[in-house]
Amino acid sequence: MIDWLTEPFALGFMQRALVAAVVVGLVCSVLGCYVVLRSMAFLGDALAHAVLPGIALAYLAGVDLLAGALVAALLVALGIGFLTRHGAVREDTAIGILFAAALSLGVLLISSTGSYATDLTHILFGDVLGVSATDLWLTGGLAAAVLLAVALLYRELLLASFDPLLAHTLGRRPGLVLLVLLVLLALTIVVSLQTVGVGLVAALLVTPGATASLLTRRLPTMMAVAAVVGVVSSVVGLYLSYYLDVASGAAIVLTATACFVVAFFLAPHRGLLWRRLGEARAG
Amino acid sequence: MTDMLALEDLTVRYNGHPALESVTLHVPHGAQVAIVGPNGAGKSTLFKAMVGLLRPQHGRVLVHGRPPGDQTDPVAYVPQREEIDWRFPVTVADVVMMGRYGRLGALRRPQAADREAVARALDELSIADLARRSIGELSGGQQHRVFLARALAQEPHVLLLDEPFTGVDASAKEALLGLLEVLRGEDITVLVSTHDMNTAATRFELAALLNSRLIAYGPPAEVFTAAHIGEAYGGQALFVGDMVVVDQCCPGHVGDGVAHRHSHAGEEQAP
Repeated sequence: MIDWLTEPFALGFMQRALVAAVVVGLVCSVLGCYVVLRSMAFLGDALAHAVLPGIALAYLAGVDLLAGALVAALLVALGIGFLTRHGAVREDTAIGILFAAALSLGVLLISSTGSYATDLTHILFGDVLGVSATDLWLTGGLAAAVLLAVALLYRELLLASFDPLLAHTLGRRPGLVLLVLLVLLALTIVVSLQTVGVGLVAALLVTPGATASLLTRRLPTMMAVAAVVGVVSSVVGLYLSYYLDVASGAAIVLTATACFVVAFFLAPHRGLLWRRLGEARAG
Repeated sequence: MTDMLALEDLTVRYNGHPALESVTLHVPHGAQVAIVGPNGAGKSTLFKAMVGLLRPQHGRVLVHGRPPGDQTDPVAYVPQREEIDWRFPVTVADVVMMGRYGRLGALRRPQAADREAVARALDELSIADLARRSIGELSGGQQHRVFLARALAQEPHVLLLDEPFTGVDASAKEALLGLLEVLRGEDITVLVSTHDMNTAATRFELAALLNSRLIAYGPPAEVFTAAHIGEAYGGQALFVGDMVVVDQCCPGHVGDGVAHRHSHAGEEQAP
């Protein structure tokens, strides 16, 4: 049994993959609580796809791919903030336009390079087994920065998300806080690219938070439970990927989905089964 | 005597439509003022301008002679309906503690004084036993009291309550009026917007009659005259002998001769 657990991580690339997956599971789940509470799932997905042209341009220009992704994500995050701030375009419309445009531009650019199919697959669904030591430092550094910002801005993010009106009357700037949240989201997505890819990062942002929301009633505990779900999903997903020889990003996401399904049916008070039992007892 | 709150020539427009026209209003320290007027008179606009949610085109708001943004928590505002997500994972105590965020800033941990202010506010609204409940589990009346408690936890100098008597039963209304008596003892300046002219006339020392412009302001007996009410409510006011009947339910119906069926709130004896 012990051998079964330790065997995969005798390999250097599997060790790096484990660290990367745990870091990504942690940072996505914690920030994902705000994505769930503010109904930003679509925005997160759009932001993830928007990095595609950035990666492609960086590849063509021969600079670091993550740097390209970061610039693209920040530009789109600020672009969505700008378009919706003045109320001329509805948010979901603005997201839909930028999402499709960025994805198309990315595919167009990548299709102009030689190794179209392989590169695109790695970008879309991640390549956690290919994480280098340098990648790991970058991932860890960015993730630590995001988690630190979430901790330092806890009250600001809570106020701006829960009651922007009160935030205004207390002299705060909820609009600015939302912009900061978009930037944190962009950073998180870039951190997650290599593990789960642009196609699956939205799931990792939303699923652990949604699972936690069924099990908790206060934001700090929601974040803690989401973090546990995210980290456990990453580790379990990586084992599944090793022993069943399947894609690691997809295995991680499906493990998180399994956690959600269990919580959806069995959660105390809010689970489907609990509510049905309550109805049966009442009726 | 110094004015606690001064509005000077305040004009606010929405998309070019005037909501408030040159309103000048001086409220003395510790006074309780009822703001009365028909639907769309600008009562909510007045409050939003006072807390800086709306920027006036003209004029200014002064608290203690300074703009409200200059000070910590000078003005607490309880809107008519909270536009929040009731499924948000916060407890009653969490929400009331938000009233302290203005003093706490971004990072300072709540001190004993903050916890005491929260406990006192919960007690004053008789919701201490609900402190650990999620806000989504509360009834509508309880939810409103949570937000009143949060406003008290701000320890404001000025408290603005937008239509607090609308949609509450008689006992909740008496409880709220009892709370206003307590606040009077604490020298907190209170402005309350209401449709309820009887309550405004009998339970407040000052009343302001508003319809975009400030029509009258002063002791209720001087404010609620037939002439002023007619000016504020226009076609919605019906004069029957000495009586003034004001229709506040369904604007436009008074002139159709069905005033009595629709007159819910205000029947005022003209002096």
